[in-house]
Amino acid sequence: MLRVRNLDVAYGSVTVLRRVSLHVREGEVVAIIGANGAGKTTLLKAITGLVRARGGEIALRGREVVRLRTEETVALGCSLVPEGRQVFASLTVRDNLLLGAHVQYRRGRRREVAEDLERVYRLFPVLSERERQLAGLLSGGEQQMLATGRALMARPALLMLDEPSMGLAPLVVKDILEVVASIARQGSTVLLVEQNARAALGVAQRGYVLETGRVVLEGTSADLLANRDVQRAYLGREIDRDAEALPA
Amino acid sequence: MSPSSLAYWQPEAECLDREELEQLQLERLQATLSRVSRNVPFYRKRFTEAGLDPDELRSADDLRRLPFTTKADLRQAYPYGLFAVPLREVVRLHASGGTGSAAIVMGYTRNDLKTWANLMARLLVASGLTKDDVVQITFDYGLFTGAFGVHQGAERLGAAVIPTSSGNTKRQIKIMQDYKATALVSTPSYALHLVDALVEAGVNASALSLRRALLGGEPWSEEMRRRIEDHLHVTATDNYSLSEVMGPGIAGECLERAGLHVAEDHFLVEIVHPGTLEPVPAGEPGELVVTTLTKEAFPLVRYRTRDLTSLVQEPCPCGRTSVRLRRIAARSDDMLIVKSVNVFPSQVEAVLREVLRAEPLFQIVIGRRRALDEATVLVAVSQATFFDEMKRQSELRDLLERRLASELGVSFEVKLVERHTLETAADRRRVVDLRKL
Repeated sequence: MLRVRNLDVAYGSVTVLRRVSLHVREGEVVAIIGANGAGKTTLLKAITGLVRARGGEIALRGREVVRLRTEETVALGCSLVPEGRQVFASLTVRDNLLLGAHVQYRRGRRREVAEDLERVYRLFPVLSERERQLAGLLSGGEQQMLATGRALMARPALLMLDEPSMGLAPLVVKDILEVVASIARQGSTVLLVEQNARAALGVAQRGYVLETGRVVLEGTSADLLANRDVQRAYLGREIDRDAEALPA
Repeated sequence: MSPSSLAYWQPEAECLDREELEQLQLERLQATLSRVSRNVPFYRKRFTEAGLDPDELRSADDLRRLPFTTKADLRQAYPYGLFAVPLREVVRLHASGGTGSAAIVMGYTRNDLKTWANLMARLLVASGLTKDDVVQITFDYGLFTGAFGVHQGAERLGAAVIPTSSGNTKRQIKIMQDYKATALVSTPSYALHLVDALVEAGVNASALSLRRALLGGEPWSEEMRRRIEDHLHVTATDNYSLSEVMGPGIAGECLERAGLHVAEDHFLVEIVHPGTLEPVPAGEPGELVVTTLTKEAFPLVRYRTRDLTSLVQEPCPCGRTSVRLRRIAARSDDMLIVKSVNVFPSQVEAVLREVLRAEPLFQIVIGRRRALDEATVLVAVSQATFFDEMKRQSELRDLLERRLASELGVSFEVKLVERHTLETAADRRRVVDLRKL
C-alpha cells in the first residue's frame, strides 16, 4: 500500500528526517512512535505532499507520489487527520463530514456519500446525535471523532492519523483507538502517529520507533512493547522486574 | 504428512515476496545501523575512521562500503564491549571460543531469545518435524549456543525435548530406545559414531523410533549423509550455526535438501572473495559475511564468518523465498595445502572427535624436510591413556593415522601427548606452519 524509501526532509538547514524507510501493507495498522520533535508529523506531511521531501521515494499503491501535490495524493486515496483536529468550528458536524467527501462529490457519487455518512454515524454515534451542532461546540474527544469521520468520508485507501490521543482523557483515547481498530477490521489501512506508544501499539500490528529523524527500531507491536528502550522512553516504565508481565 | 505437520512455521515471513523482503531488509538494516552507531562505541569509531556516515546507507548494496567486523574484533571486545544494550536488558549469555579472554561472549535480550526460538522452529518444521516429535539433543548444554538454540525452537514448536546433552553414548542409546526419540540433533560425526555404537551395543537401528536427524556444527559430506541415513533410517538435514551471529537457526535445509534457507528477514548475507574481500559474482563461491537485522543485544555489522559457501538465488520448490547457502565446505582462514592436498583443521578435528569420542585438543604442525611436506598432529590424550600400555597407545595412534589418511587423502604422523603439554605450550595455535618461516 505505502512504501517509503530513504526519505529525507529538511526545513532550511535543519534536517528533520534522515533516510527514513518504512512500509504499510494493505489492511495493516502501523504505528509510528517517538518523542516530540522526532519527525513524526513531518513524516505524515511529506507522505501527503504538505512538505516537500529533499530526497527519497514514496510509493502509494505502487505509484510514486513524492513530487505530487496534496490534492493529487488525496485523490489517490491518502487521507490525513491532522494533529489538533482542525475541524471547521463554525460549520455543523454534518457539513464538516460532507466537506470530507468532496473527492466523492467531484466524481458524482452522491449515493455513496450518503452511505458513507451513515457508516461514520454508526462508528461514532455521538456525531449522529450532534449532527446539527456547530463543530466548535464539541468536546475535544468529539472533535477528534469528527476529524476522523471527515477523513473517512473520502473513502481513503490509507488513513493517516496524527496524534489522535493528544490532549484527550484516557477513556476517550480508548474510544478513539477502538474505532481505529474497527476501521482496520473493515479493511482500511491505517498509519498512526502517536506519542502514546502503549495505546498506539495496542491497536497496531507493527510499529516503527523514530528518534531524531531516524528509524531506530522496527518490529511487531509485541516486540516493541517488550523492548526496554521503548519501555523506558515511551511507556514511562522504569527498569524493574515487571517485564515478565508483558505479553510475550 | 501427518495431520499435525506444517508446511512452514512463519509462512508470512518464510514465503515473503522478494520485493517486500528487500524493503524490510533495508528498513531493518538502517535501524540496526542507527542503533549500533548510537550505542556501540566500537562501530561508531569504525564508521568515523572509515569516513562513513551510516545515515548515508540507502540500499543493501551500500553495505559494502562499511568495514568488516572480524573474530579478532569480537575477542578484543571481551566480554561486553560490543553489546548494544545495557547488561540489565540481557537475559542470557553464551560464549564461544574457549575460556579466558580468547572467548567471545554473546548476549541476548528477551526479544532476541524469542526471535531465536522462532527461527529455530522454522528450521525444525523445514526438516519435517512437528509438535508430535520427541527431540533428543546431544549437543553440550554449556556455554555453547547449539543445545539451547535447538531446545528453545523445539519447545516453541511444541515438540518434546530430551536434553541428554553430550557424551555417554550408551546412555544416549538407552534413552533413545526407551523414550522413543523420533529426532536426533547432533553433529554429523556424532551421528556416525552412534551408527557404530548401535552396532556395538547390538541394537537394530530399524527398531528405533528415529525418523529425522538435524545435523550441524561442522562441515560434512553427502557421503556421510548417505551413511547416516542408511544406518539410522532417518532423513538427515543440514543446518548452519554460528554462535557469534546467534547460534543455530540462521540457515538450514528444507526437505528438498538443496541448499540451506537463510532467515533473510533477520540476517543479511553477502559472499566476498576471501582474498580481495570484494563481492563475488552471483552464485560464485566465497566467504560468507553476515549482518544481523533484528538483534538487540549483540548486533553484528558485516561479520566475516570465514565459512566458504555460495548463494543459490533460484526459487526453491518448497515455496520459501529466501536465498540458500550451498553446504558449507570449509573455512577460509585455515585451509592448509599439505602435499598438494587441501586440508582443513576442521576435518582433522572431526576425525579425532569421532575416534576419541570427545572434544579433541590438538595441534597440527606442518614442516618441510628435503622439499617435502611433513604433517604431524599432536593429539592430547588423558593421563590414563598416556601412561597406558605401549600396545594400546600404538593401536590408538595407528587407528588415528589410518582414519586421517582415509578421510583427508594425505598422511599425517600422529603423536600422542599429555593434555597439559598442549595447554601450556608457548604456541597454542591449532595450526603451526613451519614452512612459512
